[in-house]
Amino acid sequence: MIYFILFLEFFKVGLFALGGGLAALPFLQDLIVKYGWMTAEELLNMIAVSESTPGAIGINTATFIGYNTAGIAGGVIATIGLAAPSVIIIIIIAHYFQKFNQHPLVESAFSGIRPAVAGLIGSAAFELASGGIFELNKLQLNNNLKNFFDYKSLLLLIIILVSIRKFKKHPVIYIATAAIIGIIFKF
Amino acid sequence: MKKILKIFFIFFKIGSFTFGGGYAMLPIIKRELVDNLGWIQEKDIYNYYAIGQSTPGIIAVNTATMTGYSLQGVKGALAATTGFILPSLIIITFIASFFKRFQEISVFQHAFTAIQIAVVALIIDIVIKMWQKSDKSKFSFFLFILAFLLLVLFDISPVFVILASAAAGVLIQYLRGNLQTAYENYQNQIKESD
Repeated sequence: MIYFILFLEFFKVGLFALGGGLAALPFLQDLIVKYGWMTAEELLNMIAVSESTPGAIGINTATFIGYNTAGIAGGVIATIGLAAPSVIIIIIIAHYFQKFNQHPLVESAFSGIRPAVAGLIGSAAFELASGGIFELNKLQLNNNLKNFFDYKSLLLLIIILVSIRKFKKHPVIYIATAAIIGIIFKF
Repeated sequence: MKKILKIFFIFFKIGSFTFGGGYAMLPIIKRELVDNLGWIQEKDIYNYYAIGQSTPGIIAVNTATMTGYSLQGVKGALAATTGFILPSLIIITFIASFFKRFQEISVFQHAFTAIQIAVVALIIDIVIKMWQKSDKSKFSFFLFILAFLLLVLFDISPVFVILASAAAGVLIQYLRGNLQTAYENYQNQIKESD
């Protein structure tokens, strides 16, 4: 029974959560309150772990809540429940997209969408940098330009960016190297 | 069958190294499917990501399903999605059973902070490449800057930005007269294939 509830509830979250990363958070909060699966603090801890491990944050959180509620099978079922609406909806859309992607209206729409997506991806990088790494909010607190940049982080960013442009290695290599540098230099 | 397995393993790799939102998977998808295998075109990835962003569900899963479908239909979609979510299942189950206080282990924290910086660098690189591959028109540049500023300065929905830019794309191609000629060509192609 618990497996059925897990599947159904996470299916609903997958169906109604629109947007990246934390869009599912309010739904998950309602869920744990409704069933009393865990405290809000435990949920926040799980989200923190889900953000700092590989994979989509929503998927990680679903696995976590499912596992804590009903063991390994619970984790698997919650995750499948969350991903199922995406798979169904996207397969339907992909079917029609492949039929119509040569259509002039669709092509011209995507000619506008692509530069906007570049802006979208750029803003994601900006928010990641300003929130987690460079702590731009510190500037507002004490108005001290010295705290504006975390020089260690900025230096690493520049080194990695120059290496990417110069050596053109697989992205995984930069991620793994950064992890090692982070441990050695205590980022 | 061989292609299905390859799709599965590529997305398993992508799932293992995506730190952050769906955008963080784009550099690895591009490297594997465009640069290494040449299975899809670079602009397709951004089309699929835009679709994944504006439909319900987890963006990364949407993008994986969309890309998998374009490679090998429904089977490809299932292989890509399963491959993408499997590392999450394994890693999170492992952490949940062995580390009760994972986020207090400083080694992981240090590694993660530096990984975030690498992700920012990879994303900046992707945005530069998107610009180099674009038509470099003033209109594209305007849309890029406008989308960036709207999203950074205001708490505006990405879905709105995508829909508005789609309308802007149709409008500008119409005003330039490209839409009309493209439409005639499209009609002729359909007649020929009949």
